Order: sequence, then C-alpha cells, then structure tokens
Amino acid sequence: MAGGDRAAVTGGTGRTARPADARDAIVAVWRIESARIVGALARSTGDFALAEDLAQEALAQALVTWPRDGVPANPAGWLMTVARRRAIDTFRRRVALDERYAALAHDVGQGGAASGAPPDPADTTGTGELLSDPDRIDDDVLALVFIACHPVLSPEARVALTLRVIGGLTSDEIARAFLVPTATVQARITRAKKTLSAAQVRFEVPPPGERRQRLGSVLSVVYVIFTEGSTATSGDDLIRLDLAGEAVRLARIIAHLVPDEPEAHGLLALLELTAARFAARTGPDGEPVLLADQDRRRWDRGAIRRGRAALAQAGRVGRGLGAYGLQAAIAECHAVAPSVEATDWDRIVVLYEALGRLAPSPVVELNGAVALSMAKGPAAALPIVDELAGTDALATSHLLPSVRGELLARLGRPDEAREEFALAVARCGNERERGLLERKIDALAR
Amino acid sequence: MLIMRATDEAYASFEDVAMEEMLETMGRFNEEMIAAGVLVAAEGLDDAADGVVVDYSSQPPVVTDGPYGETKELFGGYWILDVASKEEAVEWAKRAPGAVPGVKTEIRRVTSIDEFPQDNEWIQRERAWREATGQL
Repeated sequence: MAGGDRAAVTGGTGRTARPADARDAIVAVWRIESARIVGALARSTGDFALAEDLAQEALAQALVTWPRDGVPANPAGWLMTVARRRAIDTFRRRVALDERYAALAHDVGQGGAASGAPPDPADTTGTGELLSDPDRIDDDVLALVFIACHPVLSPEARVALTLRVIGGLTSDEIARAFLVPTATVQARITRAKKTLSAAQVRFEVPPPGERRQRLGSVLSVVYVIFTEGSTATSGDDLIRLDLAGEAVRLARIIAHLVPDEPEAHGLLALLELTAARFAARTGPDGEPVLLADQDRRRWDRGAIRRGRAALAQAGRVGRGLGAYGLQAAIAECHAVAPSVEATDWDRIVVLYEALGRLAPSPVVELNGAVALSMAKGPAAALPIVDELAGTDALATSHLLPSVRGELLARLGRPDEAREEFALAVARCGNERERGLLERKIDALAR
Repeated sequence: MLIMRATDEAYASFEDVAMEEMLETMGRFNEEMIAAGVLVAAEGLDDAADGVVVDYSSQPPVVTDGPYGETKELFGGYWILDVASKEEAVEWAKRAPGAVPGVKTEIRRVTSIDEFPQDNEWIQRERAWREATGQL
C-alpha cells in the first residue's frame, strides 16, 4: 500500500460517517456477526425462519440508522437488541405470551442497550451478553450450518441460505456471484424458509446417528460454492464476488466447529490446495494453463502450507481419509512436486484407486487412468480409457476424448489422436479450452 | 495485517493487568477470528526494553539498547487476516483487546510477490525461498 493511501477508520459512537463508508462498515459487520446473531435468535425463538427475518430487519434498520448516527461501539449488541425487540413485538402481536416471550423479555431487561441509545461503553467485548459464551455460540452456528444445508432444501436453496446466514452475504452479493437477479435469490431464500417451516425442521445439531450423513450435505454445499467460484471466467472476475475465497472461509468455520470429523479437515485441505494454484492456472491473456504447464513458482505457498496442515489434521483424527481427504492428498502430491516428472505418480495412482472404491465415478476412473499413464506409461492406461469409452458414462464430456487423444499421441498414433481431439473440440463448451485442443491438433499435423 | 501500536504509558498500564486475564482476553479475540475463518497468522513481540534499535541517522549507525527515545508508539505484535475488504479488517480491529487511550491498531495490506516485476532476479530468488520454506 502506498504511503499516502491511508485507511480512514470511520464510525465510533456519535461521530457522523459518510453514508457510503457507513454502508461498507455495515456490510463488514454483517459478515462477521450474521451467523452468531441469526444463531442466537434461532435458539431463543426456536424458529429459524423467524430468526432470519428478524436479523434481516435489524440489518435493514442499521442501514437506515448507522449512516445517520454513526456505527455504534457495539454493533453486534445493537443488532441483537433491535432484533429481539422486534421478536417481542411479533410475539405480542401473536398474543403468544409463552415461555419464549418471557425468556426474551428477561434477556432484554438485562441487556440494557435500547434501539438507538448508545450501548454501554464499558462493554468492550464487542458482543452482547447473549453472544458472549463461545461454546454456546459454536453450538448455535453449527445448528445454523446444518439447517441451512438441510436435505429437504433444493441444492440452490442450500447454497443461497448458507452464503446468507453463515457467510453473512447480502442477497445482492449472492445474486452478483451467481449472475442471477437479486429477486431470484430473495425468492429462493423465502421459499427455503417456508420449506423448513412446513417440514417442521428443528433448530438443532442433528443427533449422533444422523450427524455424519448430514455433515456430508453440509460439506458438499461448501464444495459446490467453491467449484462455482473456481470456474468463474476471468472477464467476470472483477465484478464477481470471490466465491472460492468465501468457500475456503466456510470450510475453515466448519472444520473449527467439528474438529473430530476428518472430512471437514479434508475438504478444507482440498480447497486450500486447489486455491493455491489459482494464480498459475491462467496465462497472461486469460487462457487456461494445464497443471503440467503451470509455473509452479506462482503457486500460493501459504495456502499450500495451510492445506497440508489441514490434511495432516484429517489424518490425525483417524478413521482414514474420506473422498475429500483423498482428493486433497492427490492435490498435495502435486503441491510438493517440483515438476510434472518429479511427481510421485505411483502414490497418486494408489490414491485414485482408493477414491474409486470410496466414491466410484467415471471422472475419477478417467483421472486415475491419466495418473497411471504418468506412472507406467500410456499403454497401461489406454485399456481403461477404452473401456470407459465403451460405456455411455461420459458420452457428452470432452474430457474422455481429450485424454484418449493425449494417450494415442504419446503412443505414436497421431491420426487416431487427431480424431479424438476433434471429437473433444466438438463437445467442449468453453472457448478457451477449445483453443487449447485445437492447438494440439495443429501440433500433431506437423 | 493488523499492527498493534501503543505508547509507553499504555504499555505500562497493561502491567497492572493479571497475566491470566490478558491471556484470556487475547485468546478470546483470536478464537473469535479463528472461528470466523479469517485468522491466518499472528505474532506478539517481546518487551521493547529488551530490544535494540539501530539508527541510520549518522554513519556509522548508532546502536542503542531498548526502545527508541523519541518514539511515541511501539509495535507490540500483529495479526494477518484473510478478509474480503478493508472494512472487514477495520471491524476486526475494533474488536481487538486492550482498547485504551494510547493504543492504536494500524491496518495495512500485505503485498503479494505477484505484484512485483516477475523478470527481476531478486523477485525470482525470493519466490524460490518462499517455495522452499512455505512462507505466506
């Protein structure tokens, strides 16, 4: 950062900030506090959908009040107080003076901070008293993670809800990230909350029997968010939110919440190790650069270090590596290798075999064949690829013919290789990747 | 990077705080950032009185034990955060413990080696070192 480019720290009680600054500050506060606030509200009201509504209303109130009056000294406490007051209004309107209402009234009586009134300056923890017990917060956030990724919801709804309540993103930000109108995101979230209410899903951490399976749903949501972010085309990068970075953050949050689950660490490891290669995966003109041709010096060493630490953690927990952990272990083989040639391909072959047993899929088989061709030569791998080509598993994918073409080229069968690459070009939807395949055809013609 | 800065007086006032309490407030703050998935690295610095200052105002430079006489503020340590915006870093800084008069947190972006000319020999060497040692 240049010497003159200083960050103006805005806010502080009673100080008037510029509206744009205050808005940015609110967005930042929300990213930090959203999960804890919605979690605490869902616990105290026993109603996730209501909690989310209340939290959003508090956020809307902040967007009106803070630009005018400045950011309060205890923003989380302020948001919590506003949301709880609204909860009481709601319960009052429903004339449901039940235990929950009584509990809330008691909390507010103790909490002090009134809407608009300055919070207690002595409270330097930055959170209200409802938000101060770390174990309880962790439980609330974990219950929130499980409900946002609940199997009754559609995959799109799980993604939107997770980014909104755990990631603390606004509907606008989510819409921008997925290139859909804001109204679509809002409708998805509204529908999701209705679905959860209709299915009478309880706000709780699932019982041990269901927990592992439900965690699978959670991790796959994070994986989907990461994949969406990592396939973003370069032209959109500037306006699209860093979804992949967001997914890494979510994976860290989850690994912290369930430290005894190897796959939570495995997923984090996979995302860190994959993200480590981002800077090297496109060339100066935005064209894709294959792993073999990447400038390995551009890989992010910090991310590799964190990824390897997470993978070691997954191993330490015991019970063996899961599908994410195995993919992370494969990524680690690449991350530590100085070059393609010096890569431990034998180990990668073994890891793909293990992955194929755990999560059989034609793509895994195809990647395993590529690894085998590197370990034992193209002749060893071709029969596997031929067999895959005989099934209709990857009938529309350009990956199968492009791998087959590569193996044939290495076996000195250029005519057949060209045919395969031509088929791959015909099937490939991505212009940049098509260019890469066409260059391979040209190279074979010479 | 959040850089902790404080005056001598502020540091002196911390001496009255019990070690256990200090560890707890700092620990809670760190834990909050870990739980939020944003903390990447952090280090604290030992007492400035045990440090040494090398001053280049004259040649040869003057080497003095302890903190620099004219310095108004001394660095105490740092956190490196992985956040989406400057505003988010500011919000975390506001939550840092030890927020008493005389204490400041300076927020600076950590540069990436990708921002420097890649054909420069020294940048290439630094890359090699980062690669070999797993630096950030």
